[in-house]
Amino acid sequence: MPPELFLDLYSPPCRAIYIFALKNGIPFQLRPVELGRGEHLKPEFLKVNPLGKVPALRDGDFLLAESVAILLYLSRKYQTAEHWYPPELQARARVDEYLAWQHTAVQLPATNVYLCKSLLPHFSGQPVDQERLDRLMGKLRPALQHLDQEVLAAKPFLATEQVSLADLMAFTELMQPTAVGCDLFRDWPRLAAWRARVEAALGPELVQEAHKLVLQPRDPRDAQRDPKLAQELVHRLLERLG
Amino acid sequence: MGLELYLDLLSQPCRAVYIFAKKNGIPFELRPVEIFKGQLLSKDFSQINSLCKVPALKDGDFILSESTAILIYLSCKYPTADHWYPSNVQARARIHEYLGWHADCVRGTFGAPLWIQVLAPLIGVHLPEEKVQRNRAAIDRALQQLEDKFLRDQAFLTGQDVTLADLMALEELIQPVAVGFDLFEGRPKLAAWRERLEAFLGTDLCQETHGLILNILEQAANKKIPDPAPEIYPYMLLRISRIP
Repeated sequence: MPPELFLDLYSPPCRAIYIFALKNGIPFQLRPVELGRGEHLKPEFLKVNPLGKVPALRDGDFLLAESVAILLYLSRKYQTAEHWYPPELQARARVDEYLAWQHTAVQLPATNVYLCKSLLPHFSGQPVDQERLDRLMGKLRPALQHLDQEVLAAKPFLATEQVSLADLMAFTELMQPTAVGCDLFRDWPRLAAWRARVEAALGPELVQEAHKLVLQPRDPRDAQRDPKLAQELVHRLLERLG
Repeated sequence: MGLELYLDLLSQPCRAVYIFAKKNGIPFELRPVEIFKGQLLSKDFSQINSLCKVPALKDGDFILSESTAILIYLSCKYPTADHWYPSNVQARARIHEYLGWHADCVRGTFGAPLWIQVLAPLIGVHLPEEKVQRNRAAIDRALQQLEDKFLRDQAFLTGQDVTLADLMALEELIQPVAVGFDLFEGRPKLAAWRERLEAFLGTDLCQETHGLILNILEQAANKKIPDPAPEIYPYMLLRISRIP
């Protein structure tokens, strides 16, 4: 029985796992979890991941949460090509270093930009708050600068000379605000070139397929389906985004 | 020049690296970095780590940041017992699962009480009660998940053996304890885990590693904490601004 992958392709780490599995011919059963409908909080899903988050994996009796853990598990179990997670000590350390750093340095601020640009207007019915957006983009800027000016000045990919799990995670993460119209790459030519390189390495069709959902404009009717939920979400988003 | 570890024992991830290296008898030169004296921003240190963060490792020409990466590097390079970072695929996955959750839900959150009570006031910043309460609630939620999802009825966080996950968690949980927030009180399972872990690591090593942070309140009371160097203010203000 192939493992089950519980994913919502709106989520960047889910897309990273999806792309990784397909790219490497890893057999899996896709179990879509619609965050927008609160499916991650339902009892059935909480049995799979009590933390109530996607992505999650179920491989027989083995349940696993957390995107980096899942990517590493798949890479080891299915013995994927070495460049994804090199066996050599120092090369591997570079991938580990990026994967650790990116939680607070990239994932958090990039998600906040996305929430401000897309989810908050969607649920509130209000136009994008440009001041808030500028402030949140400012919080992402140091990471982009570091990647462009330091990391990519020395090599073509984020950890090593070839595409690795670091690039995969970074790519889907930075595509999130990009997909909803935030031009993250404008000031960073090396980062823009890196993005094209990663897309070429992953395969443009696969990238397009994985990002189809997040690239689509959201249907305003979705937000109006449950006005009370929408209001609650807006309240939480405002608290989170400041 | 052998292995060098750039550490400030006030910092949770630094302590995890320190305690791991010492417990495993890994030979290294300790390069103390005192964050509040502005040493993170010194020319010497920024050559080591352009992100100006501790912990940092220097092994010949190889420079590495991020405690998780450093711990994995050390556990693979030096002869350490398998239990720290087991080669079994599922056991190892459990550690990464913990570390992923830790990065989102523990890191940042458990450090806040020290900032709120001791460090921010050093530069005249007092956080609103709303933020203090929000942080307490986040700590409580994290501790609940730590017990219910990770520890459960196991001896340690990812199974029956001590792993890198336990070290990372211990050092974060000690941080609020150091400022009088005894989060082990009323949580016997967690308290037992801590006792088990500290017994495994050894009293002397724990005292050596935790001495500085556990004395922080006394130092503050006796005005023994140096005034932060002005060049470190932006870093401090940035850290403070990250407290939700």
